Amino acid sequence: MAESLFWVGRYTERADDTARILDVTLHNVLEGSNLDASVVLAELCHTMGIDVPPEGLSPAAVTEALAYSDDGSSSIVASVRSAREAARGVRQAISAELWECLNATHYEMPSAVTKAASMGPHSLFRYTKERAALTAGLADSTMSRDEGWHFLVLGRNLERVDMTARLLLASHHGTGGQQDWATTLRCCSAHEAYLKTYQSPPSARPALEFLLTSRSFPRSIYFALSSAEQAASAALNHNSRHPSQNPALRLLGGARAWLEFSETDALVASLPNALGRLQQACAEASDLLWGASTPQERCSSWASEPIALSRVTHLVSRERQAAETS
Amino acid sequence: MGDLFESYTMGPEWDEMFAAPALPREEARLLAEALGTVAEAELERRCAEAARSFRDRGITFSLSGEERPFPLDPVPRLIRHDDWRIIEAGVTQRVRALEAFLADAYGQGEVFDDGVVPRSVVLTSKHFHRAAWGIGHPGDPRIHVAGIDLVRGPDGRFLVLEDNLRIPSGVSYVIENRRLMARIFPELFNAQRVRPVAEYPEKLLSALKASARSGGPDPKVVLLTPGIHNPAYSEHVFLARQMGVDLVEGADLRCRDNMVWLRTTKGDQRVDVLYRRVDDEYLDPVHFRPESVLGCPGVLNAARANNVIIANAVGNGVADDKLVCTYVGDMIRYYLGEKPLLESPKTYRLAEPEQMSEALARMDQLVFKPVDGSGGKGLVFGPDAKDSELEQLRRLIHSDPRSWIAQEVIRLSCVPSRTPDGLRPRHVDLRPFAINDGNRIWVMPGGLTRVSQSGESLVVNSSQGGGSKDTWVLTEPPC
Repeated sequence: MAESLFWVGRYTERADDTARILDVTLHNVLEGSNLDASVVLAELCHTMGIDVPPEGLSPAAVTEALAYSDDGSSSIVASVRSAREAARGVRQAISAELWECLNATHYEMPSAVTKAASMGPHSLFRYTKERAALTAGLADSTMSRDEGWHFLVLGRNLERVDMTARLLLASHHGTGGQQDWATTLRCCSAHEAYLKTYQSPPSARPALEFLLTSRSFPRSIYFALSSAEQAASAALNHNSRHPSQNPALRLLGGARAWLEFSETDALVASLPNALGRLQQACAEASDLLWGASTPQERCSSWASEPIALSRVTHLVSRERQAAETS
Repeated sequence: MGDLFESYTMGPEWDEMFAAPALPREEARLLAEALGTVAEAELERRCAEAARSFRDRGITFSLSGEERPFPLDPVPRLIRHDDWRIIEAGVTQRVRALEAFLADAYGQGEVFDDGVVPRSVVLTSKHFHRAAWGIGHPGDPRIHVAGIDLVRGPDGRFLVLEDNLRIPSGVSYVIENRRLMARIFPELFNAQRVRPVAEYPEKLLSALKASARSGGPDPKVVLLTPGIHNPAYSEHVFLARQMGVDLVEGADLRCRDNMVWLRTTKGDQRVDVLYRRVDDEYLDPVHFRPESVLGCPGVLNAARANNVIIANAVGNGVADDKLVCTYVGDMIRYYLGEKPLLESPKTYRLAEPEQMSEALARMDQLVFKPVDGSGGKGLVFGPDAKDSELEQLRRLIHSDPRSWIAQEVIRLSCVPSRTPDGLRPRHVDLRPFAINDGNRIWVMPGGLTRVSQSGESLVVNSSQGGGSKDTWVLTEPPC
């Protein structure tokens, strides 16, 4: 049961984050005239851990792969279905309202996809974000703070750490222009909060600092990681009078403490290593909790090691060659 | 060509999309093709979606106290890269000359001594404020933000109608329109290279910070709004949010020791730059309207002591005066030694007797404008006016010729626009926005295109109904 709820939280967050990232990135491809669409889309595929779609690097093909496709991948539609599947087995453990929300979202997906095909994909992204917010809100307002609820929150926050880490890595590899960091912040809905804090246009150092270590913004890595730690601690019934003997909790707590007390400059200087370390801790904690069997195997392999930008460029040139020869 | 344009008939004006019936201009070909594939019902559905989105996001302007959406027309307006280059250079040139003029008018006054602009014209302007004399360092910008209103005549040339150097509004619609178009009509952007407009808030913030004279490396900027009853309140919120600065009202500020302070729950914070969206007359009850509660007593003295920068500077309105506007060409020649890149329609200065008699003889062919009107208020179109109206106007002008100018009527260019009867030509204008950070004048590639409500109306203004269009400045096509 606990495991299922963990995955409900995790898949819901994945659908939500994927929708946010796609929404902002596709919008930028349309709006920014000085961007090379295929480079941006190749980076996006890489960030999200999917192969370049066989149809090529067009916005339509990438949207298909990351939003509509239903072939067991980590698209929005597939994540929504997985969240619902995970919930189906534990219907008695979650509130009826939460179940209804997950179930209805799943059944609404085909018509949302149809609508997106005619009205543009934004309508689907918005729908997904709204439903994810509803899911989270119902979980928070209709479920007892029992073990199950804590596992749901744990899953949500581990996924958030992983997704944010991916985004930061991609932006770090990117050209590093001001616009890139504004995009990254928007993907995390952090642009306005960032501007309020720094009152200057986004640039690499402060944007990284904000998304890595902000203590007040709920989508920063630090915030998500410490929420995950608290949830794990509560879920595993950890006795706070003694140091934890649970290895998963120790991993999360260790990662959180390391992030909390590292100097920002040091983190930024070796960003790929730092992010890798955090992702690794989350993936291992997930594996320790559930054993590296069935669906979670995909999760830990999902956190692939960073790939140099040259590979992205390589993908693009291969893509271009294919287009030219055809 | 799709059915959407089937029943579209061009008017006698310059049509920005079609060169001849059913023949799109070269730059509009892709757009016309893409739009042609959208069915009428589909267009309607998406426009409804757009209207809903604006409503949900609260992007409105208030008209007589009522919140209204500013309708977005689904057909974008295109500007070729070479046309844009002229606009960009012309607007920049104009702002440079007007900066020089304002510094001079509120300083040495050489422009008067050299006989370029009569001193009396400036001194009699309603928006000339003696209190602004001598404020600011020489060379500091006064026009942090400018909105220059352009129209396109029957020959396709762009002409300047008026300058807005006080608190030009409308830029939030430019950014929101683009955002919405990309969301609701993504396919129209395909294969088009449209220059982005989203960087405006960043540019504005860095210009405002660059203007700060006081304080440390991180000057404090606040946006002063008259409050929720102001028609442009939603724009004030938008800009404050996009720049991450505090949105404040007069009561949040106080002046002490010739400095401006923001009252917060954690004590007072020093304000270095006041980006105000409050008119001069309401800004400081010490110097202007004593009953105003929208401003803050003492800000002008703080500005004079160089302890705060007011953006835009107090007194800029003198250059918005339509009679002063007729001298901008001379200012460009005088201050910059250049030839004006953008012209204005032929204008009669009614304060000069020969020009007045010439204009009054042709009253039925000219348009008459009050010099301090904006938003199409008080305009009299000679060709449409009744004899009795012209007679009344004649008396008004005789009694106060300084307050009026006369201009040749310009048949504004048209762009296909959605109406209940399908796409019809509608008149448009263009307000590009320029930001001066003291080193460089940046013109946002695009601007606010306003659409007239009916086919006849030559007034395009949000307060007269009508809507706006997303304005696409195209990049240079690859050779």
